[in-house]
Amino acid sequence: MLNRDEDILQAAENWQKAGHGVALATVVETWGSAPRPAGSSLVINDDGTFLGSVSGGCVEGAVVTEALDVIASGKPKMLEFGVADETAWNVGLSCGGTICVFVEKVGQS
Amino acid sequence: MKLETLKQVNAERAARRPVIVVTDVANGDQRLVKARDIATDPLGAELSRQLRMGKSAMIESGGKKLFLNVYAPTARLVIVGAVHISQALAPLARSLDYDVTVVDPRTAFASPERFPDVPLIAEWPDVALPPLNIDHYTAFVALTHDPKIDDPALLHAFERDCFYIGALGSRKTHAKRAERLKAQGASDADIARIHAPIGLSIGAVSPSEIAVAIMAEITAELRLPKEGETQTAKVQAA
Repeated sequence: MLNRDEDILQAAENWQKAGHGVALATVVETWGSAPRPAGSSLVINDDGTFLGSVSGGCVEGAVVTEALDVIASGKPKMLEFGVADETAWNVGLSCGGTICVFVEKVGQS
Repeated sequence: MKLETLKQVNAERAARRPVIVVTDVANGDQRLVKARDIATDPLGAELSRQLRMGKSAMIESGGKKLFLNVYAPTARLVIVGAVHISQALAPLARSLDYDVTVVDPRTAFASPERFPDVPLIAEWPDVALPPLNIDHYTAFVALTHDPKIDDPALLHAFERDCFYIGALGSRKTHAKRAERLKAQGASDADIARIHAPIGLSIGAVSPSEIAVAIMAEITAELRLPKEGETQTAKVQAA
């Protein structure tokens, strides 16, 4: 029935094999009422195409932007989003929670 | 994540075998732990607890923050018997994220009108069950009350590693069933795997209430620690 994260990780592998730069963003910690639990993930390729979700849509745009940096640099990054964040007005979580998202490049040697 | 790690994660998931990816979030160092290696892993207790709950979480170990990303197969429920209880059980199990299949050779019972949106197999257990590849992440219930259908179904379940086996019937009915199954080669250990009378004892009367009792018992079997497994540190709220 529900296909949860299945297709996302397969897409990551397929994109990588097709020669794309690919990043994987995963919710690793949550506080308060976070929209998606730890382990939820988003995969992003160097076209800016993405699949999956790490929030209800609140911060995906920002994660994609950071993911493109990670694809370019190859260095993993930890991102934190919450209402207390100074960029909250733009990309904060309307539900009042805080989430940490770990972004890593797929295919590092 | 290395491509090789990703490939292995996808291969294990395709085979419905659980796998956990351990990431040191300070530097991105990563390793993959397959289900069969959990017991001997230095983080064995934490890994088995997270796997049992099917939950990913951050832990601290040796001064490091480690993210345990748990990929557990979707649990399945195989229901033998397209009976009234099953009509309540199938949607309830689906709402709990189980993949549900109903098996009953009696086409009057196994009809799409009675089971909208549920995969139905109108075949006898010997034909219907082997292709389902019943595995550890499967709960199996026999609900027809008809030995011609329930007995061969249960004998098939005994050959599999399913985490739960339940069968409808009173203690008296179950005692008779145990005798019949033993006469067909089942061991005492096989019989002991059957939860019967089925479901937690909550005084269930209606088919829907019996369905709740069954899913509560299945949930307990899936989530509670097994005997001998220690319940360690509290899990992070998620």
